[in-house]
Amino acid sequence: MNTLFGEKKEGATKIVFTKVDEYPEAPISLGTTLSNFTGDWRTFIPIINEDKCVKCYICWKFCPEPAIYIKDDGYVAVDYDYCKGCGICANECPTNAITMEKEEK
Amino acid sequence: MEYKPIRKVVSGNYAAAYAVKDARVQVVAAYPITPQTSIIEKIAEFLANGEVENLQYVPVESEHSAMAATIGASATGARAFTATSAQGLALMHEMLHWAAGARLPIVMVDVNRAMAPPWSVWDDQTDSLAQRDTGWMQFYAENNQEVYDGVLMAFKIAETVNVPAMVVESAFILSHTYDVVEMIPQELVDEFLPPRKPLYTLTNFDNPISVGALATPADYYEFRYKLAKAHEKAKKVIKEVGKEFGEMFGRDYSQMIELYRTDDADFVFMGMGSLMGTVKQAVDILREEGYKVGAAKVRWFRPFPKEELYELAKNVQGIAVLDRNFSFGQEGILFTEAKGALYNTGAKPLMKNYIVGLGGRDFTVNDVRKIADNMKAVIEKGEIDVEVDWYHLKR
Ligand code: SF4
Ligand code: SF4
Repeated sequence: MNTLFGEKKEGATKIVFTKVDEYPEAPISLGTTLSNFTGDWRTFIPIINEDKCVKCYICWKFCPEPAIYIKDDGYVAVDYDYCKGCGICANECPTNAITMEKEEK
Repeated sequence: MEYKPIRKVVSGNYAAAYAVKDARVQVVAAYPITPQTSIIEKIAEFLANGEVENLQYVPVESEHSAMAATIGASATGARAFTATSAQGLALMHEMLHWAAGARLPIVMVDVNRAMAPPWSVWDDQTDSLAQRDTGWMQFYAENNQEVYDGVLMAFKIAETVNVPAMVVESAFILSHTYDVVEMIPQELVDEFLPPRKPLYTLTNFDNPISVGALATPADYYEFRYKLAKAHEKAKKVIKEVGKEFGEMFGRDYSQMIELYRTDDADFVFMGMGSLMGTVKQAVDILREEGYKVGAAKVRWFRPFPKEELYELAKNVQGIAVLDRNFSFGQEGILFTEAKGALYNTGAKPLMKNYIVGLGGRDFTVNDVRKIADNMKAVIEKGEIDVEVDWYHLKR
């Protein structure tokens, strides 16, 4: 997992520095979330059951990452690049439409 | 342009405020605390009177916020300033690490004030010295002129090495005492201190960055090394900027330790800040009385001028370290630093620590004479009587 540096999302790869002189002078990360995918952190993954979803968007409001988005059909979906698997959405959903399942990597 | 100083009679705090104005600081975020208050009052007055352009003044609800706001401003690329004292500085402590770690060249004036309890608003260096390991540079001013000059130089040095700097002046002895200060015309300040060129800015929206992001054990270590190296580089930059300042304005700051009549001295008094003005005056008097003494004023405590100390120490028999501060369970802080710096060098003058002036206790020429007599006896005997001397103690 690379948390400090990276290029923009197109072809995002991690940059690993092997020598001290290669580091930037100040601890900044380039590209911010365009390259730092909080989805790397995940152990559990939210699965949305549209049969139970009532489109209340509580999950969308509560998600601490920019990970839940609203699709054209009004249902919600998860951007797995950024979903860190915290389970807040599943906990908040009033209809239990979201379940957290162990992710196979 | 020929340099014609503008002479004003100002307090140490006003000297700081004028320097902030002349440095064209863009953001000041501050919280008032005695005895610092008149610095930020004066800056607010400049703003109210339209005497400064392009200055954002952010009144905040605590010193922690003051430093946080200053950090935010500095991260956008602005030249940012704040000022504090004692408990306020302690409240900033966590944020001081952030400023230095993120390599932001903020300048702050700390008006040295004793830490409570017992409650005190008087002079004592323990507040600033307790911030020793935050990564900030520290400059100790002897008089109001050095407060003004120190702020201008601090910006230049900080912005060259991307490390924040603290300019330290003593409570009331400087902060509220009026003296003549030679100020520099704006055009010449601009020549000496051009606009800041930031390493990065938060407002570059084409290439967004995040500042101070998480570093795992794979990267953290290297950033600590880089900050350590920046302090090493700062020693060189301090001397260059101090020399340039001297060439432009006639007051030379190229020595990190100012040596006063030390050439043929048997022993020297070493210390920091306003008390060294008293010491220099005492040296003149003692010289007339036949004492071969000198003064060594440590201007920069961080980075610590080890090399200059060694040059001094190998030529004297004794060093009386005058500490207006104390590290409990050990000794005066400058004393620890100075002894530690010399340990592997081979220079081994007799070193004795005098704890003086804590909490604003008066320290006079006569006190220096008494210390000189004691130090003379110690050197004649060839061994110290007591390593840490609570000199003023009512016995
Ligand atoms: S698990 Fe957490 S991060 Fe992922 S979508 Fe749900 S609330 Fe957002
Ligand atoms: S909280 Fe549950 S019901 Fe509401 S939008 Fe999200 S998934 Fe659908």
